[in-house]
Amino acid sequence: MGPMDTNNEGAVRLAAAADRSRIALILSRLMRHPEFGALVGTLAVFAFFAVATAGNGFLAWRGVTGWLNVAAELGIVAVPVALLMIGGELDLSIGSVIGATSVLIATASGLYGVPLWISIALAITLGVGVGLFNGVLTIRTGLPSFIITLVSMLALAGSALGMARLLAGTPNVSLKVEGPLRAVFAGRWQQANVSILWWAAVSLAAAWVLFRTTFGNWVLATGGDARSAREAGIRTDRVKIVLFILTALAAVLVGIIQTMAFNGGEATRGQVYVFNSIIASVIGGVLLQGGYGSPIGVAFGAATFGIVNVGIFYTGWNSDWAQLLLGLLLLAAVLANNLFRRAALSA
Amino acid sequence: MTGETMGSSPPIIEARGVSKHFAGVAALEDVSLQVGAGEVVCLLGDNGAGKSTLIKLLSGVHEPSRGQLLVDGVPVRFREPRDARSAGISTVHQYGGTVPLMSIARNFFLGAELTKGSGPFRRLDLDRMNAIALSEICSLGVRRVTDAARPIGTLSGGQRQAVAICRATYFGARLLILDEPTSALGVREATTVLRLIAEVRARGVGVILITHNAHHALSIGDRFSVLSHGRIAASFDRGERSASDVVNLMAGGVELASLEQAPEPFPRTASA
Ligand SMILES: Nc1ncnc2c1ncn2[C@@H]1O[C@H](COP(=O)(O)OP(=O)(O)O)[C@@H](O)[C@H]1O
Ligand SMILES: [Mg+2]
Repeated sequence: MGPMDTNNEGAVRLAAAADRSRIALILSRLMRHPEFGALVGTLAVFAFFAVATAGNGFLAWRGVTGWLNVAAELGIVAVPVALLMIGGELDLSIGSVIGATSVLIATASGLYGVPLWISIALAITLGVGVGLFNGVLTIRTGLPSFIITLVSMLALAGSALGMARLLAGTPNVSLKVEGPLRAVFAGRWQQANVSILWWAAVSLAAAWVLFRTTFGNWVLATGGDARSAREAGIRTDRVKIVLFILTALAAVLVGIIQTMAFNGGEATRGQVYVFNSIIASVIGGVLLQGGYGSPIGVAFGAATFGIVNVGIFYTGWNSDWAQLLLGLLLLAAVLANNLFRRAALSA
Repeated sequence: MTGETMGSSPPIIEARGVSKHFAGVAALEDVSLQVGAGEVVCLLGDNGAGKSTLIKLLSGVHEPSRGQLLVDGVPVRFREPRDARSAGISTVHQYGGTVPLMSIARNFFLGAELTKGSGPFRRLDLDRMNAIALSEICSLGVRRVTDAARPIGTLSGGQRQAVAICRATYFGARLLILDEPTSALGVREATTVLRLIAEVRARGVGVILITHNAHHALSIGDRFSVLSHGRIAASFDRGERSASDVVNLMAGGVELASLEQAPEPFPRTASA
């Protein structure tokens, strides 16, 4: 540093202040992006396991595809669940839809020889039906969707199990699928599942819909302030019904993928996705109160989930610790999301 | 004066002898009100007087139990708020009916989004939405808003109301109903909103302003109606009453006057 006169000093101080305010501006801009925090979380967790597993293969192709596969199947449901949460509702029935889909397809095609595309069409119809049921009942009764979808979760899980036992005599019905349909839903390339592509497609499509379409604007408004949305002429009930149908359809997709990947249907499969999708959404920056969040953020949330669950395995520690870590991440995310929300409103 | 316009063309909206009963209880009884173009009508009255009920009839939230609504002199029935809105009647609530975490422009065009492209590529035209929202807000004299991509929740209450008023006029509102817009605002903010109402009036929009603040009412109102227990207790034009008259009328007139004349002191010592 050379000698400076007072004028110069003032200029430097001004420039520093301008720099600081530019940093503040950039920060506040970033905070307006709900996926920013999720990206930071994913990178941090990845870095943690990269160091903690040093040289154990976590960074090798096998490790990378391992967590990508886990993240993909979770992400496919978590992203639509996040859209629904942004719209102000919850869906606990997705796990049962996954199980029911797999039982339906395996029973129809495996046991009765129904062509696979017809079973798939039936499963899609089931998904639309469950979504309609959840949406219409939530709106008509005015009850929390938590309760309504808990009801459909139980009812559907019970019927799927009952049907499987009744028709196949076992809760696990096997079905072997080969050919192009398998490639589309359960294809594999060097340990990487094709579901990774589905995950990317669902995330990008959802981001496009939420931030770039009229419907997305309505979703943000419905979850952000339903009264204002209705005053602006938005049919918030229709918005919610569409979102419930989308979560159910995403669950059907995961159900189809799993039926083919595991060569059969199982009624109880899929229940883990119920809370995991909410975890991925919140870690992905979705506000539990609704009205704020990003599908890309949730894709990162699912990635974080995959990294933790697969990363633990590469550390050689007991996998119980993964749950603890996820719990801590969830807590950090909830706190950070509220902080971000406040920052976005004070910027 | 606004009398000239009243004589030549029918009022934008007129309530003719409307009543509203809720489960047998009369919230409004035989109330008449007219609002012409470029006119600010202030609706005054104590809590529970029936002000909100009256504007709910005018904006299609409720239907009158008796009486008639006329738009441009033609009898109408509003079955839902949508009907009133398509007749050019727009209601702005205390917080402007806005969604805090959405951008100013997204709020401005909520329910009437601008799009570009077609088919599956049809998408929001965010650039145009931002530009139009900003220029509309500035043209009504709200200068402190400089970036329409900011969340609207970063604005103050008065600015949010201003955005909502701009939005209503941009989408062709001919009658603006404001239910207590200034009650939650500080002095400067309230002034901003009142100035905006004057600007909107100058453009020929009719305004119904509900307020508890006699000074706000007197500073902007052309005509005044005081509701009391569901009935019109008084109607007068600008300049006919003083501020203290108006305060008295709003508080139910007689009772307040007698209270003032007989200030019975409350006992200061225990009576034991
Ligand atoms: N939806 C309703 N159901 C029953 N009573 C109502 C309803 N809305 C208003 N009221 C009654 O009508 C009267 C007038 O209320 P309101 O129009 O809200 O008064 P203000 O806006 O002047 O304070 C009150 O006694 C209120 O309790
Ligand atoms: Mg009221």
